[in-house]
Amino acid sequence: MSLPFLLEIGTEEIPDWMIPPALENLRELFLDLLAKNGVGQGVTVRIDATPRRLLLHADRIPERQNDAEELVSGPPKAAPQNAVAGFARKLGIAAEQLEVRATSKGEYYTYLKKIAGRPSLDILAETLPDLVLKIYFPKAMYWTGKNGPRFIRPIRWIVALLGSDVVPFEIAGVKSGNVTSGHRILGAARIKVTVEKYEQQLQDAVVILSASERRKKIEQEVRTVRLKPDPGLLDTLVYLTEYPTAIQGSFDPEFLKLPAEVLITVMRHHQKYFSVEDGHGKLAPKFVAVMNTNADPEGLVRRGHERVLRARFNDAKFFWETDQRKKLEDRVADLAHVTFQAKLGSYLEKAERMVALVKELHGDHAAIRAAKLSKCDLTTELVKEFTELQGVVGGLYAHEQGEPEEVWQAIYDHYKPVSMEDSIPRNPAGELVSLADKLDTLRGCFRIGMIPTGSRDPFALRRAAQGVVKILVEGELRLPFRKLLGGDTRLEEFVLDRIRYYFKDVRNFPYDEVNAVLAGGWDDVVDAAERLVAIHDVRPTENFGPLAASFKRIQNILKQAHFAGDGSQIDAALLEPGPEKDLYEEFERVRGLVANQPYRPALESIASLRPKVDLFFDKVLVNAPDARIRQNRLTLLHRLLAEFSSIADFSEIVTNT
Amino acid sequence: MDSGSYQELIFKLKKYWSDRDCIIQEPYDLEVGAGTMCPETFLRVLGPKPYRVAYVQPSRRPADGRYGENPHRLYKHMQLQVVLKPSPDDVIDQYLGSLGAIGIDLRQHDIKFEEDNWESPTLGAWGVGWQVMLDGLEITQFTYFQQCGGIDLDLVPAELTYGLERIAAFLQVKDSVYDIEWGGGATYRDVRFEDELQNSVYNFELADVATLWKLFDLHEGEAARLLNQYRKLTASLNPAEPRPTESGPSDAEKQRFPLLPTYEHVLKCSHLFNTLDSRGAISVTERVAVIGRVRNLAVGLAGAWVDQHGVVAAEAVG
Repeated sequence: MSLPFLLEIGTEEIPDWMIPPALENLRELFLDLLAKNGVGQGVTVRIDATPRRLLLHADRIPERQNDAEELVSGPPKAAPQNAVAGFARKLGIAAEQLEVRATSKGEYYTYLKKIAGRPSLDILAETLPDLVLKIYFPKAMYWTGKNGPRFIRPIRWIVALLGSDVVPFEIAGVKSGNVTSGHRILGAARIKVTVEKYEQQLQDAVVILSASERRKKIEQEVRTVRLKPDPGLLDTLVYLTEYPTAIQGSFDPEFLKLPAEVLITVMRHHQKYFSVEDGHGKLAPKFVAVMNTNADPEGLVRRGHERVLRARFNDAKFFWETDQRKKLEDRVADLAHVTFQAKLGSYLEKAERMVALVKELHGDHAAIRAAKLSKCDLTTELVKEFTELQGVVGGLYAHEQGEPEEVWQAIYDHYKPVSMEDSIPRNPAGELVSLADKLDTLRGCFRIGMIPTGSRDPFALRRAAQGVVKILVEGELRLPFRKLLGGDTRLEEFVLDRIRYYFKDVRNFPYDEVNAVLAGGWDDVVDAAERLVAIHDVRPTENFGPLAASFKRIQNILKQAHFAGDGSQIDAALLEPGPEKDLYEEFERVRGLVANQPYRPALESIASLRPKVDLFFDKVLVNAPDARIRQNRLTLLHRLLAEFSSIADFSEIVTNT
Repeated sequence: MDSGSYQELIFKLKKYWSDRDCIIQEPYDLEVGAGTMCPETFLRVLGPKPYRVAYVQPSRRPADGRYGENPHRLYKHMQLQVVLKPSPDDVIDQYLGSLGAIGIDLRQHDIKFEEDNWESPTLGAWGVGWQVMLDGLEITQFTYFQQCGGIDLDLVPAELTYGLERIAAFLQVKDSVYDIEWGGGATYRDVRFEDELQNSVYNFELADVATLWKLFDLHEGEAARLLNQYRKLTASLNPAEPRPTESGPSDAEKQRFPLLPTYEHVLKCSHLFNTLDSRGAISVTERVAVIGRVRNLAVGLAGAWVDQHGVVAAEAVG
């Protein structure tokens, strides 16, 4: 017989962004627990959550483990009687119950021990406390006192039901039971539940258990409004509410004179409101807030939200106007008071290093000017208030203060790309300033030993390096990458990893193609991208795969012969007429072709070597008895491999042959 | 909705927490940046002794001064600070009850608990918790303390910090804190405007940097001197020896040692640091170092206080 199981961990409000990963973790831990105890067969597990409860529901948990047998081996048949008696005593049985069995090592006393399956209820009661406390949270707390259990927020109740029975256990002084709690304000504080009716009972207590139902409810309620799409904010609101209800509010159109970037940031980051667009895609003087309650019949809540937003906008307006009194240009010196990093000095020093780097990269006047002014917005009130707008605010002020388009846009964009989905800066000056900013951070941090390890990356160096790669490739900037990294080999290794990640996970190239191409060099990463595209295109053609296999064979032969090229030339006179000479001539022909071809046709030319290579391996013995001939053949193969290695290391390509 | 005066709001909150077995303290008589820094919080959360207290604390943030021109930002705002040590299981219900007590019918409003962790590098203190949002307005900071003065806390206190001006403006439906009715026919402006204006002028324009530094050094020196003296006293007690059954003169000396006045000098340092900072007088390299200096004192003081109270506890038992 099998039973449904329900576990609800009732807590105080869990940070929204931690909930989905915690649920996944809970599911894994639970499945693992079932498997370990042999009761996981055919069980389906469902997880869900609100800010105040993590829920796990499982179907078809067997009532008990299957009975099992274990063959226990004792002393050999020849052992003295007292040893046999001792063995039986240890098992708690009479010696007559032992059985002599033949094994590969001889005959032994054995006993077939029957192990009765334990009830799942007991297993769960025993293991759940540990399991719950094992759920990973990025920042846990203790609340019952020093050395007490740790969880993300205090656990206040636990529902644990197997069928109609409570699975009895205790965590942090809280006993499991069958009593849950409804919506903080609108629901009952204590509700007796059953596994079958649990979700409906919560619904009656004004809690929507299902995150996807909450999401649907919000989407349904805003379907007539044109929202600025914001899936991240929607996720947040889904996990910040137990009973979400969307309401629409408005603000004075006078505020639309402020830049949309500022208004949207206030609404999104500070108030968690959706922005609304008009029919032309421009910002409308409206917003949508999501309440954690079911109605606002008198508009009290709407007016409250409107009042808060008005105050926030007034603040922003005040900052915007105050900041205009001092130009960016006049703020350069103030950067001496803003720390970049204790050991790497102030932002003034950083900006100076950025200017030097931009010059080194042959940036024009606009790029140099933008680099110089790029960090000045850190001294403005608006950025102190809305740090996420750094760069953007500088760009907007530069625009207001009459800086040329090239300059203000470069400042505006110089934190881009902030993610792999984000675009790179829109103009060349912006690309250079962004590169200089990120390269300076990378070089500086590596120099003082602040190198990311595991999940620790406080200065977001991975993102910076990724940004550099993306700008170079997508901006088609053929710059000497190694030199840009300042000759730090650890940094080179770090960046190579990021290049690999970019091609593999962002651009979705197969890993073997990426490895083959990067083995051919990455100092010019634009070139590497072109080689990669070419290889990817040529790969499905008929000759390429087999040729790659042949290259691998060549590499193995050279390795076995410990031959890494001795600098000598191929001696044409030593070549045997037929397949060997043919291959040599074909190689010379292709070499000539490839030298003047773009990558794709060049690769096709190289692939066209395949019949001659195949024939060579069919008919010619590399390991010839005559040492000179052997040497010459190895040289031919080595040249063949080396000649095209700057395009890619073809032996990295995984083939089926 | 009830829209009583500002002072009535304060009375109601004090009454509410008084009814829940809190000591109602009066404001601490030194400049602090937050109610947390008062000994009633910073020191009382240390050690194993339960404590429940509530008090209004004017809190000074020199950099937030706006010459009385900004409707929401103040040089000196008032917090109602509640510390419940240890935090009761129904702490959130008790908190929500206090909102009911000041006339907020939560059934008609939108209340959310949004993650907001608290950390004070100068106090070596941190905790986790929320900002409590009422119709989009942050009305309270709710923190479960985890560490204070670099010491793991024996009992985890809940700290509730109500932003009184905001709550009053919400209740009275005012767009500017200066329009809040304070009581006795006066507005917040009548009571506080000059304070805001003149302190802004002082902090941003007239404070003499050299003098402030001199004061900082003097307070730091005095705090450090006293802390050292306490340490010497502790060392002379020789903790390797078992404690005598009857406490000797050294224990009595420890007990009467002026750690509370020492802490006041630390608080002075903290406030002077904030003033210097708002004046733009602290350079990059100095900043981290100065925070470190204040932190050293605060952490040292917390350790000494725990030590001193070990003696007090032993006395109480003996």
